[in-house]
Amino acid sequence: MFAYITRRVLYAVPILFGVNLITFILFFVVNSPDDMARMHLGMRYITQEAVDNWKQTHGYDKPLLYNSAPKQGNALSDTIFYQKSVKLFVFDFGSADDGRNINYDISQRMWPSLAIAVPVLIIGLLLNITFAMIIAFFRATYIDYTGVVICVILMSISSLFYIIGGQYLISKLLHIVPISGFDVSATASIKFLILPVIIGIIGGVGAGTRWYRTIFIEEINKDYVRTARAKGLMERKVLFKHVLRNALVPILTGVVAVIPLLFMGSLIIESFFGIPGLGSYTIDAIRSQDFAIVRSMVFLGSVLYIVGLILTDISYTLVDPRIRLG
Amino acid sequence: MKRFISIIGALVLVYVGLISIILASTNAKFVLLGTDALIFLLVLGISSYTVYAQSKTHLLEPWKYVFRRPLAMSALIILLAYVFIGLLDSIHFRTSLESVQHQETKSYTGDVISIFDVLTSTLKNKQEKSYSSPFATHLYVKETIETETGTVRGYPRLKFGGAHLNEPENDRGFDIIVSTIIGLIKGSLFWIAICGLTIFWLAGWRKDKFKAQIQMTLQADEFIPTRVILATFGVIVLIAFLVVEFADKYHVLGTDKVGQDVLYLALKSIRTGLVIGTLTTLIMLPFAVALGVAAGHFGGWVDDVVQYIYTTLSSIPGVLLIAAAILSLQVYIANNPELFETISERADLRLLFLCAILGITSWTGLCRLLRGETLKLRELEYVQAAKAFGVGNTKIITKHILPNVMHIVLIVVVLDFSSLVLAEAVLSYVGVGVDPSTNSWGNMINSARLEMAREPVVWWSLVAAFVFMFVLVLSANLFSDAVRDAFDPKVSRSK
Repeated sequence: MFAYITRRVLYAVPILFGVNLITFILFFVVNSPDDMARMHLGMRYITQEAVDNWKQTHGYDKPLLYNSAPKQGNALSDTIFYQKSVKLFVFDFGSADDGRNINYDISQRMWPSLAIAVPVLIIGLLLNITFAMIIAFFRATYIDYTGVVICVILMSISSLFYIIGGQYLISKLLHIVPISGFDVSATASIKFLILPVIIGIIGGVGAGTRWYRTIFIEEINKDYVRTARAKGLMERKVLFKHVLRNALVPILTGVVAVIPLLFMGSLIIESFFGIPGLGSYTIDAIRSQDFAIVRSMVFLGSVLYIVGLILTDISYTLVDPRIRLG
Repeated sequence: MKRFISIIGALVLVYVGLISIILASTNAKFVLLGTDALIFLLVLGISSYTVYAQSKTHLLEPWKYVFRRPLAMSALIILLAYVFIGLLDSIHFRTSLESVQHQETKSYTGDVISIFDVLTSTLKNKQEKSYSSPFATHLYVKETIETETGTVRGYPRLKFGGAHLNEPENDRGFDIIVSTIIGLIKGSLFWIAICGLTIFWLAGWRKDKFKAQIQMTLQADEFIPTRVILATFGVIVLIAFLVVEFADKYHVLGTDKVGQDVLYLALKSIRTGLVIGTLTTLIMLPFAVALGVAAGHFGGWVDDVVQYIYTTLSSIPGVLLIAAAILSLQVYIANNPELFETISERADLRLLFLCAILGITSWTGLCRLLRGETLKLRELEYVQAAKAFGVGNTKIITKHILPNVMHIVLIVVVLDFSSLVLAEAVLSYVGVGVDPSTNSWGNMINSARLEMAREPVVWWSLVAAFVFMFVLVLSANLFSDAVRDAFDPKVSRSK
């Protein structure tokens, strides 16, 4: 087990290197730091001095890959590639364009993101499984058919509609909770968190229920279920004792894969509800074209994704004794 | 094969003919945008597939299953209506400037317009000053109006909406009712005529009596659910006729901030939605198929490299990869303004690029599926036998593997469509979607959402965009479900 995990972590290194290279190419080779500077300073009437000045204050005044006349360090370390890209590997994200430390911002903004993402995941999971069980219990009847059609309809509605509609109905017409905002203390922020959590759940219920129904139906058609029925078990018992337990294997391992990504938060929900999480952080960075933050988030997201993959494999061995990692 | 070539030839002729007629009649300059070319290629591809599939039973059978399902057919009709508008909106040209026509070098307006724009010029040209609600006769915001007695603060009359009414307060309700009835009558007549023709044609085709065919259609006692198809078609026809009836006199869905007709904007957005839904998967399809099949078939280092590529790409969060790429493109466009003759060409490049980037994020999933399927196929007896006979790799792949993974490609392409249409709206909100000058539902929502804070709310732009998107995505979802059920061997078709 330990050897397997070590190997997987080592496998992750070339992948992260690839991610790093892609972001490096996108941000520094396709567009030179000069282009970036001009874009930030406004396109027209910019002197070369202003561009150089901007580059210097933001630390882009170095050669890309190889520095023939290094001011500090050696020819390879005093370059943009080393300073901006390689340092991501030790999670040193540097500073944003406005001078704030990205590491500090991420550590602060992680918690509001989790405050929304965790309840959405847990409550959503329970709801989806419940609905899927009900639909699967009544499979091949009109309840099943209607349920699936409702799922498809829910899936076809844009997530933006849920957010805008929810804000309008709950906050503006009925005045139940405030439209948006956030509070530092946990108890005071609950009233801000309720609506985004509910909308997050509703937004995922269609796709989730349908997906879990497919898993349940697939499981119901297996041999051991027929055996269980043949020995005279009630349908209820078959469903809850046998089918649910076995179907939980793919469901839970699927959930494990997304757990690390919860840190990244939800882009649009956080931005609409004014929650200072990592999702709105990313959106603000994209809108203000702060490449340093976008680069950091790309890298962080990839790391979390790979952690999710490793966790999935480990969780398989924990819940399913048939699978062994060699 | 002969029929195959002749149909494609006819299509090309129709397309070229259509363009030349327009160019000749309006003295315009044809513009082939990048997405137009790809759309035309796609249409060619689909029509050749249709002709090809007709002679192959194994391809025809699953499609017959799709065509038998009423819900899927109803969805298909709606999809075709969207596609029809999208295609009309994909033939672009620039009209020449009248004043300089006699000069040696012709100059053209900066506006790239499409056939669709010509057909809906009444909608396009009826520009008001600002917001007005659906069927309104007055502007939504107060303005200083000059009357004979002096200036008053009030809601001024619209320039076009309800301009034919003398006393809009009293006459409007009556006028709307009359127009509704006229529109419904015209629409019903047209629909009945189409129904009659279809049934007549079906009767002739089956060598049956007209009366018997009517009975069959009404009782849905047929192979293809004609009843449902005609009913769906009827609904579309009625809505179309109603809209046409009103479009001259009112703004059916109101106007937006700068006074543009919302109906026109929503209709123009159809093309963007379809382009993103289809071209995205199409652009990346060759790579996904080639790499996936190669990885599965050859194994070894090829497999390692391909796996490395797709794991790396899929480990980058999709939105962030898109954002990073679009931001880079923005810088590139901003620094090279001389490359683009018109705004539309610039916007089109961005649309194409967005498709490509979206394709990269969805490409990896298909590649992984194809690799797995090829791994399975490689071990099957017939492939092993082919190998033992000394058949080359190229031939094994094209003859034995590709035809047997095509159903996966089809399912993925169809399933991806709806999520891509939805993704466009979200990306436009984030600010990394289509160009702000491109008409799209995402841009409509994005510019209208702030108006929800107004009192009373400006709801029509939002609702129009959401409804148009919802209908398209729902039909696509329903249709793709049927396609998946038909082509996926894992799903039992008896259900």
